[in-house]
Amino acid sequence: MVDIAELQTFEHDVVVIGAGGAGLRAAIECSRRGLNTAIVCKSLLGKAHTVMAEGGMAAALGNVDPRDNWKIHFRDTMRGGKFLNQWRMAELHAKEAPARVNELEEWGAVFDRAKNGLISQRNFGGHRYPRLAHVGDRTGLEMIRTLQDYGIHQGFAVHMECTALDLLKDGERIAGVVAYWRENGRFLLLKTKAVILATGGAGKAWKVTSNSWEYTGDGLAMAYLAGATLMDMEFVQFHPTGMVWPPSVRGTLVTEGVRGDGGILLNNKHERFMFNYIPERFAPETASTEDEARRWLQGDKEARRPPELLTRDVVARAITSEVKAGRGSPHGGVFLDIASQVPADMIKKKLPSMYHQFKELANVDITKEAMEVGPTTHYFMGGVQVDHESQQSVVPGLFACGECAAGLHGANRLGGNSLSDLLVFGRRAGLGAADYVASMASFPCIDEAQVRQSMRRATDILNRESGANPYLVHEALQKVMNDGVGIVRSEADLTAALAGLEHVKRDVERVKADGASQYNPGWHAALDLRNLLIVSEAVARAALMRQESRGGHSRVDHPNEEEVWGEYHIVIHQGRNGMDVEKVRRAEPPRELAAIAYATLESLEGSNG
Amino acid sequence: MAKRIFNIWRGDATGGRFVEYHTDVDTGMVVLDVVHRIQAEQAGDLSCRWNCKAGKCGSCSMEIDGKPRLACMTRMDTFSPSATVTLQPLRAFPILKDLVTDVSWNYQQNKRIPPFRPRPRDADGRYRMQQIDVDRIQEFRKCIECFMCQDVCHVLRDHSRFDTFVGPRFMIRLASLAMHPLDALDRIPAVRKEFGSGMCNITKCCTEVCPEQISITDNGIIPLKERVVDRFFDPLMWVKRNLLRRSA
Ligand SMILES: Cc1cc2nc3c(=O)[nH]c(=O)nc-3n(C[C@H](O)[C@H](O)[C@H](O)COP(=O)(O)OP(=O)(O)OC[C@H]3O[C@@H](n4cnc5c(N)ncnc54)[C@H](O)[C@@H]3O)c2cc1C
Ligand code: SF4
Ligand code: SF4
Ligand code: FES
Repeated sequence: MVDIAELQTFEHDVVVIGAGGAGLRAAIECSRRGLNTAIVCKSLLGKAHTVMAEGGMAAALGNVDPRDNWKIHFRDTMRGGKFLNQWRMAELHAKEAPARVNELEEWGAVFDRAKNGLISQRNFGGHRYPRLAHVGDRTGLEMIRTLQDYGIHQGFAVHMECTALDLLKDGERIAGVVAYWRENGRFLLLKTKAVILATGGAGKAWKVTSNSWEYTGDGLAMAYLAGATLMDMEFVQFHPTGMVWPPSVRGTLVTEGVRGDGGILLNNKHERFMFNYIPERFAPETASTEDEARRWLQGDKEARRPPELLTRDVVARAITSEVKAGRGSPHGGVFLDIASQVPADMIKKKLPSMYHQFKELANVDITKEAMEVGPTTHYFMGGVQVDHESQQSVVPGLFACGECAAGLHGANRLGGNSLSDLLVFGRRAGLGAADYVASMASFPCIDEAQVRQSMRRATDILNRESGANPYLVHEALQKVMNDGVGIVRSEADLTAALAGLEHVKRDVERVKADGASQYNPGWHAALDLRNLLIVSEAVARAALMRQESRGGHSRVDHPNEEEVWGEYHIVIHQGRNGMDVEKVRRAEPPRELAAIAYATLESLEGSNG
Repeated sequence: MAKRIFNIWRGDATGGRFVEYHTDVDTGMVVLDVVHRIQAEQAGDLSCRWNCKAGKCGSCSMEIDGKPRLACMTRMDTFSPSATVTLQPLRAFPILKDLVTDVSWNYQQNKRIPPFRPRPRDADGRYRMQQIDVDRIQEFRKCIECFMCQDVCHVLRDHSRFDTFVGPRFMIRLASLAMHPLDALDRIPAVRKEFGSGMCNITKCCTEVCPEQISITDNGIIPLKERVVDRFFDPLMWVKRNLLRRSA
């Protein structure tokens, strides 16, 4: 065993785990506040999930439609989240997003322009007005590259291809992080006063997913094991449009921008079925005929939005119903058709990477034919429970932002609200950590036993004589989640899934990776399994407890949204004998915010006050 | 289903060799799927980078049958069913292990480039730019940092002039700054002196491999070189401008 004194050791004020939009924005803020900051990430810098975001970043700039303002963005976010959003977070997000977009432009981002020379904005599901600042369909790339190119000059240290294993504590508070270099498998110890988690979600727990290998819920699990609470874990977003064919790309995302720019959904009878699935709450604001939808696309301000742009939970469930009823496409999806709606050169200009993706991977020319699409696991609304101002968890010194934090999105996230979330709350987490560090008298102490335990768990996987193949254990876990904790759930399925996870747990405990510690993906996958398992169990348990259907969480045995459940969050923490799952009552909504959320649109329209 | 044969380079900085793997290939599979299948079934420790599996992140660059390609965008049905497919790491960079190379030199080059320095905002606190004025730099900003252009550029690959030339990837990054309507810094002297624009002799190999189809040479490097020539003397550009144009 390595002597702790010989372990490669760094000392920082703040360690940010994760270098997507949220982590980079947090690190920039910490550096600006004069803190000695480091950022660690599993992949190379610039390759985090954020790079994959396509459609855009929501902010009520009002550049394209001056009727837009923060109040309407706030109202849309609350309605999209089925009112389970943390009210203050939704308010801060809507108010601060425009400044964050402008700041990104000042740091070098080059957004698509409107005719008046300002940043252009596009339509997206659930957003009343064109609101998404974007760059074609590669907005995430623009965001991460801008933050990266700006960030590397701000003075924080970057440790890339470096995976955090565990958080260390000194009594109640955060004291450090144990990590390893993927290149050579060596461990490192990061002593720190504060940690900001920005590790994203855990979509890799499902078989059909838009997420990469990185999304194994590391931050969520590390926080849970360090005593933090997880909230809203039952709310996993299944994006309505993932690729379904060929099998090797099943789950790969098809941006909502396709529908925002005019794409329509059809079943195998060539019906535009979304007109049959308009929820009552949205009926007054949704087109009732194909003709009205067409007029809206042509810019008629009197016309209402097409039903394809209803929130993701609604569209994903509608697709699932169509397929179940036998009206699906040949490979188990439905058709997404933009070819018949928009001229070919426009499609290529506005959706170049979608055009490329279908051409290269599926031999489909989207300017001529319809795409086949179906739901895919996409996003975690739930995550670490944090204070809305500072983003601090219940563990002193532990902060979370971006996809791994809960609160902003409630039961369902609107497209485009993630990229803005990353910047707004990444910055706020940086500020929160700076305040915390400033209030601290001494460096926390490292408990060597905790360090040893973390390293031992890791090396055991390589050292055991024999054991389960990590890739196959991962597949087994994905199957359990896909079958039992998918888009439509039931008590019976969830109970079976929990039993299935118990089974997987036994394999995870005896998993064995072949080879040495040098850049060994089998070992890395094996290490991530613990985290996937914790997160999967949390999702299944929360889903079992919430006996209603709301947003991303649908129960066949409780098909309606129940008013009483709107008053509760499900909060999870580590108990003495396993996972404790609790129904926690929400605070009363702030009166002025409730007034906005329930107001009519007309009474709110007008420029930002 | 017939098994397909893959020759994959296995090893590290101290040495290595090609190892043959036989595996099934299903409809629609790309090379990255094959690597994953081999990892799961035969070689758990086979190293390979990837993230998006959709050509968006530039992680999975490798040399496939000797040419730099994105493994996630290279379909198996583009090879003849009986062909052996060879996979090896990018050759211009030091090997870490198997298909993974040490690309840190690229990150060092990026850090040497002075960051964007915008002019002040308009009176109302906004910036205004017309789409046609940003089309050009948006092309360069499509770069996913796969570093395949760096891999094929002979200045780096064959002549190892890592000390004098930043390579095509960073020439277009410089171009995206130099042509940015808001950037207020004069970057031309450094383009020549610190970043070595004169080293490029316009072979266009970089443009050929770019998965984002960025016209690296025509739209990025040549205009930069022209700006350099306007201020300094670059023999190759001089020939191109004066002799070639005259004969055309
Ligand atoms: C295909 C796709 C398209 C999308 N399109 C949009 C869109 O158009 N608009 C929108 O708003 N949202 C979109 N989203 C969602 C959005 O991109 C993500 O929610 C967001 O980028 C998450 O950002 P993040 O900063 O929280 O985390 P990420 O960008 O995912 O970064 C996570 C970071 O944490 C690191 N990490 C994780 N675990 C560890 C560990 N143990 N140790 C060290 N580092 C670790 C990773 O290496 C990575 O750097 C899309 C998502 C996908 C997958
Ligand atoms: S054109 Fe210039 S940069 Fe590109 S490969 Fe040739 S020498 Fe290198
Ligand atoms: S310019 Fe093209 S080839 Fe070069 S790194 Fe960028 S995307 Fe890759
Ligand atoms: S995995 Fe992202 S480009 Fe291949």
